[in-house]
Amino acid sequence: MSKMHVKMTVNGKPVEGLAEPRTLLIHFLREDLNLTGPHIGCDTSHCGACTVDLDGKSVKSCTVFVAQANGAEVTTIEGIANPDGTLHALQEAFREHHGLQCGFCTPGMITRAHRLLQENPNPTEAEIRMGISGNLCRCTGYQNIVKSITAAAEQLASMKEAAE
Amino acid sequence: MKPARFEYVAAKTVAEAIDARSSFDDTVILAGGQSLIPMLNYRVAQPDAVIDINRVPGLDTISVDNGAVRVGALVRHRQLELSAEAFAAHPLLREALDNVAHIPIRNRGTICGSIAHADAAAEMPAVLVCLDGFVTAQGSGGERNVPASDLFLFHMTTTLDSDEIITSATFPALPKGSGYAFEELTRRHGDYAVAGICAVITPGPDGNCASASLSACGIAEKPVRLSAVEAALVGTNLSDDAVSAAAALVDDMVTNEDDGAGGRYRRQVARTLITRAVAKACQRAAQGRA
Repeated sequence: MSKMHVKMTVNGKPVEGLAEPRTLLIHFLREDLNLTGPHIGCDTSHCGACTVDLDGKSVKSCTVFVAQANGAEVTTIEGIANPDGTLHALQEAFREHHGLQCGFCTPGMITRAHRLLQENPNPTEAEIRMGISGNLCRCTGYQNIVKSITAAAEQLASMKEAAE
Repeated sequence: MKPARFEYVAAKTVAEAIDARSSFDDTVILAGGQSLIPMLNYRVAQPDAVIDINRVPGLDTISVDNGAVRVGALVRHRQLELSAEAFAAHPLLREALDNVAHIPIRNRGTICGSIAHADAAAEMPAVLVCLDGFVTAQGSGGERNVPASDLFLFHMTTTLDSDEIITSATFPALPKGSGYAFEELTRRHGDYAVAGICAVITPGPDGNCASASLSACGIAEKPVRLSAVEAALVGTNLSDDAVSAAAALVDDMVTNEDDGAGGRYRRQVARTLITRAVAKACQRAAQGRA
């Protein structure tokens, strides 16, 4: 099986590699780029553990072939923290509000919430729940995840206000 | 590696994709991939070639013409859902799309892909059936329009030829003075429906039902038109009793009996959804007139 040459920007850095066409984006990220933040939960698009940003939209990287991401911009959980290495407001809020227990869903949950807050910086609780409905968590019962995202939205809004 | 090996063809034109379909025994078209890639991952599908049409220009347009909405093969669910122009012309589409999976899936999945995949429980095929819509398909024999009533054969099977590609789907305009509704029941939001009902009701000047168009997903081996229910509704005053009596006629159409929702339960769900959808459609028709 011939491999194809793929190039993309991942977390702001240009990357390239050789991959079989049947390689899923999640496998390329984890196995070729060693970005093991996005997790493999179900391989069938149900669980959302593999959620990444692809050209500014949340997608499940287990249902995208790496060939389809050729030339794209990808953001994974590894690209969410602030440039100085401190935690992003969402990561901080998940820590503060106990938004995770086992942590398996957390990278997908935060990556999804990160995009949600860019699309809707001031979401209602219902909008948060609908926005993360493609991400499953088997530990928390979601309550603390919703609380974390709400807190992060408030924090980001006050940071924005302070900057203006 | 999850999927079995396949040849990957990145088509640059529809003609190239059609050629590729004829060059291999067993091919699949990759648009959004939100049903196809899980099937490949499970190796339920093991095609010789995957023909990716994502880089074919011109397939990602939504066009609105006198209330009808035509979506190209690469229009994502989310793109149509957020299109203000499509919503203004045809609000039923957004209401149905809101039930399709969840946002990350809708960001990738395409309307035409869902129609081509023809899952019996999927929403958009049922909407196409309710509206008497059609798809435009291209193959080695040229281009043709296939009405929804001739398209769906069985669960995950259409009547299209193996070298044909759906290039667009057309959802005809809602009739003047009509009201619409899409109602479904799922075990988890975004999951395939136990049953879903699409309804378009047009009351006459006397308030009686002048025309009714209803379809269902999830209840049979394909999306189905509920002709008996429609016939029973037309001419009635759309009272609760009249709608309940008509809704009961769905029973004979319910043939899907999976473990999670046996026939008796599913028939009850379908009846209830019909009464809800018709009530909502009537309410909207009344608001439209006011």
